[in-house]
Amino acid sequence: MKIAIVDYGMGNLHSVTKAMELVAEGGAEVVLTADPAVVASADKVVFPGQGAMPDCMRHLEESGLKAEVLKAAEEKPFLGICVGAQLLFEESEEGNTKSLGVFKGRVIRFPQAKMIGAEGQKLKVPHMGWNEMFIVHDHPLWAGIPDGDRFYFVHSYHFAPAEDIAVIESAYPYRFAAAVARDNIFAIQCHPEKSHHAGLQLLKNFVNWNGQV
Amino acid sequence: MPLAKRIIPCLDVTDGRVVKGVNFVGLRDAGDPVEIAKKYDDQGADELTFLDITASSDNRDLILHVIDAVASQVFIPLTVGGGVRKAEDVRRLLNAGADKVSINTTAVLNPDVVKEAADKFGSQAIVIAIDAKAVNADNTRWEVFTHGGRKATGLDAVEWAKRMQAYGAGEILLTSMDRDGTKIGFNLPLTCAVSDAVDIPVIASGGVGNLQHLVDGVLQGHADAVLAASIFHFGEYTVREAKEAMRAAGIEVRL
Repeated sequence: MKIAIVDYGMGNLHSVTKAMELVAEGGAEVVLTADPAVVASADKVVFPGQGAMPDCMRHLEESGLKAEVLKAAEEKPFLGICVGAQLLFEESEEGNTKSLGVFKGRVIRFPQAKMIGAEGQKLKVPHMGWNEMFIVHDHPLWAGIPDGDRFYFVHSYHFAPAEDIAVIESAYPYRFAAAVARDNIFAIQCHPEKSHHAGLQLLKNFVNWNGQV
Repeated sequence: MPLAKRIIPCLDVTDGRVVKGVNFVGLRDAGDPVEIAKKYDDQGADELTFLDITASSDNRDLILHVIDAVASQVFIPLTVGGGVRKAEDVRRLLNAGADKVSINTTAVLNPDVVKEAADKFGSQAIVIAIDAKAVNADNTRWEVFTHGGRKATGLDAVEWAKRMQAYGAGEILLTSMDRDGTKIGFNLPLTCAVSDAVDIPVIASGGVGNLQHLVDGVLQGHADAVLAASIFHFGEYTVREAKEAMRAAGIEVRL
């Protein structure tokens, strides 16, 4: 089995590659690739992303990988991470970026007016650090991960899905979709590759996933 | 239940090895970076910060090997600082496996490097390290220092933090030079003034001698994260004990 991690020039793919290699335990070939043919031949695809959304979208288009990524999202077990997950929506408030439109909905910034904590304190943006993950719908990728476990986030924008695809929510301070899923696609805002045991469990579940829910 | 406050052990690295000492005096080898990183990871550290204090430029690249080795085995966020002069240095550290790179002296000498790095790699990857010292007896105004605290800049620490946020910094690592190495606790007025002035997270650093100091940094200093070195390195406390103390004080932590 081959798992392709899509490298379109955005961000640090060292950790996600190392984490996937660790959980694959030699049972799957993990390939970091910028080659559309390798993505096409992979059994599963990981689609990461870091940095500003407009740059990510531009790099994806210039890389020649966009068509293969869209195709993979239609037919293979597909894991979007961080901006890679955000790109699956129709558009983002960050630079008013049109994105891939695999999911209905937008990506919005945490609105300043709402960034007030329970004791009236100002909440910082980016939302950075370990926050709780609440299960909204069971999903095979969440097997073995307790409700309320913490994952590592670092983001200023979050998904606002316009269809019923949220499987995991977090709260900052209001509930927002932290992971969404439909058919063969799972997309997560936070960083499983930086989220210790729980994050590695999610990646391991992805290695073992047949793409069905 | 809100976002957890973070505890970040800081490791000084020189020539590829972790060293510990007090105020850079009597530095001694404290061991292999990967083993030490794993120990803190096992104890529940939320992130790790590596400060490269390598004096010789010949050995600068050793930090890249350290980060690569740690990032292959420890799956929590890693910040690296020390000796970053241009955006290309940031790229090399990120490619080696760092998640964030902290910039200190270069930010003052050439603030455009911060802008360039934030544009290229995203604000989430850029930490601005500020070394600040009180300039009045009331401890109500603080000046930024560079070059490991040796050079005064004339910059006001609070204004500088705001400016660095505008330049694209994603986080501030704020060290009180008055307190660093004293073990009498964070400079809370400084921490509070900076944290309240910016919208990005602030990590408090400098002066931690016991676990109550960590609690004070969050509750009184309004820090989003607390960084400490010696209390963990010399085995006085584990990260887990620190988190239990914070939780007992009503602070949200990841345990």
